[in-house]
Amino acid sequence: MALTDVLQIVSLTDPGKVRGHNEDCVESRPELGIVVLADGMGGYNAGEVASGMATSAISAGLASSWTKDVLKGLDRDAAMALSLKVVQEQTAKANAAIYAAAQKDPHCAGMGTTLVACLFYDNFLTVGHVGDSRLYRMRNDVLEQVTRDHSLLQEQIDSGLISKEDARSSHNKNLVTRAVGIDPEVEAEVHSYDVLAGDIFLLCSDGLNDMIEDEEIQMTLIALQSNLELSAQQLVQAANDAGGRDNVSVMLVRVLKSFAVERGFWAAVKSWFR
Amino acid sequence: MAKLILSVDGTVLKEITLSKERTTLGRKPHNDIPVDNLAVSGEHAAIITILNDSFIEDLNSTNGTLVNGKPIKKHFLQNNDVIEIGKHKLKYFNDAPVASTAGDFEKTMIIRKPVASAPATTVASAPQPAPAPVPAPAPSLSDTQTNMKPITPPPAPAVAQSAPPAFAQPQDPNSPARDSAIQVLSGAAAGRTLDLTKNLTTIGKPGVQVAVITRRPTGFFITHVEGAVFPTINGVALSGQAKQLADHDLIEIAGIKMEFFYKP
Repeated sequence: MALTDVLQIVSLTDPGKVRGHNEDCVESRPELGIVVLADGMGGYNAGEVASGMATSAISAGLASSWTKDVLKGLDRDAAMALSLKVVQEQTAKANAAIYAAAQKDPHCAGMGTTLVACLFYDNFLTVGHVGDSRLYRMRNDVLEQVTRDHSLLQEQIDSGLISKEDARSSHNKNLVTRAVGIDPEVEAEVHSYDVLAGDIFLLCSDGLNDMIEDEEIQMTLIALQSNLELSAQQLVQAANDAGGRDNVSVMLVRVLKSFAVERGFWAAVKSWFR
Repeated sequence: MAKLILSVDGTVLKEITLSKERTTLGRKPHNDIPVDNLAVSGEHAAIITILNDSFIEDLNSTNGTLVNGKPIKKHFLQNNDVIEIGKHKLKYFNDAPVASTAGDFEKTMIIRKPVASAPATTVASAPQPAPAPVPAPAPSLSDTQTNMKPITPPPAPAVAQSAPPAFAQPQDPNSPARDSAIQVLSGAAAGRTLDLTKNLTTIGKPGVQVAVITRRPTGFFITHVEGAVFPTINGVALSGQAKQLADHDLIEIAGIKMEFFYKP
């Protein structure tokens, strides 16, 4: 089964109402189940250089390391283990490339990017993230945050210093504790989750979740779930209507049906006739 | 940088810039902000500042600390908060970035050293009944721990979603009526008025023809959501784009006529 028949993907990125240019970058390869979003930072145009390098390096890197040949003969658990490994490896590679570019070009010194990268395969999804770009999942009309930000604020929430409600009015929202390309090495946080038909996944930059509440995101996805494209437009518009102080990027992935990989004798027989 | 203005009976005594991670206030002279008044405890309160955020904590003072008239134990300070200690008042100023620099100010930045853990421990230095201990940061502090456990499939809940009614209703009947509504003119629900209280209100029949009315700062807009046939406004079919609604516009969707109007 081709993943393009299983995953409906909509991407939208917008500079917002305040910023002159867009430092976010999104890329998807539906046929491979790859969806990547990055929110760059750095002076001049370095932010979009970093995020652009990250999304293209990871997409291309996954495309070359997550191939049919590599996956041949692997059962689901082995494939899952491999997916965790390749997402980590490709993040490391992207990190090294961005770090090297930043060292070489003075205009790009200090550039970096957040990252959230998803790989869909065999009814699971492996997500790697660095920084405060997020993955949410909506299942049965309930929106849940899948990733947890690598940010100062999140650490403060975790240590009990500040409540989640107070965090909304914090001035320290913009400080991330991990980013791709800043240091010679970075560790992505990588996990796998089961995926069910009907799930809607949302990847977003902080320009969305800083401007509108999770409840509004959920309400929008419920109200407009029959029209994924409109959902994405509406989310971006809501962030802009709320002030649009940052670039805002939204990627929505709807799982149309189960995408279990066929294995065993019949799969082998079938593959002869393809 | 945030600052405090100390005053008594409207007379300003001094201005304190919150440059330290921990600023103490009390009657004893060793405090950063000494306040020589018998209503003030020796070590009365501490203000913890982490980058651009400040918190005040009452150090189990005898007479307590008020913020905006309410007694507090610990409080996340907001711009213009007024702290009261006896007759002394401290007004907290944390200037929001001016509009012209807002863009730069809020740019995402990386911080290499997590500074969160240090102040979290200093909070516990109050005398006697120790404040609720701050949980030690778990070693995997920065790892995602949501209630969404990696790879343990939750039991699939029955999708026993009752078919939504033909017309979405405003969810909270108690919310103050906003300035616009739609009145149904034909069909079974004819005569009913639906206030547009939510940012999004879907109308129509799911699976047949659905449109959404969005409330935006500039007004109300209608957009086609699903269905092969697009709803009409004053007899003209919607395009793929959102269309702003004008007072007394006539909407026809899923065979039902309704009127949009601004409330007087």
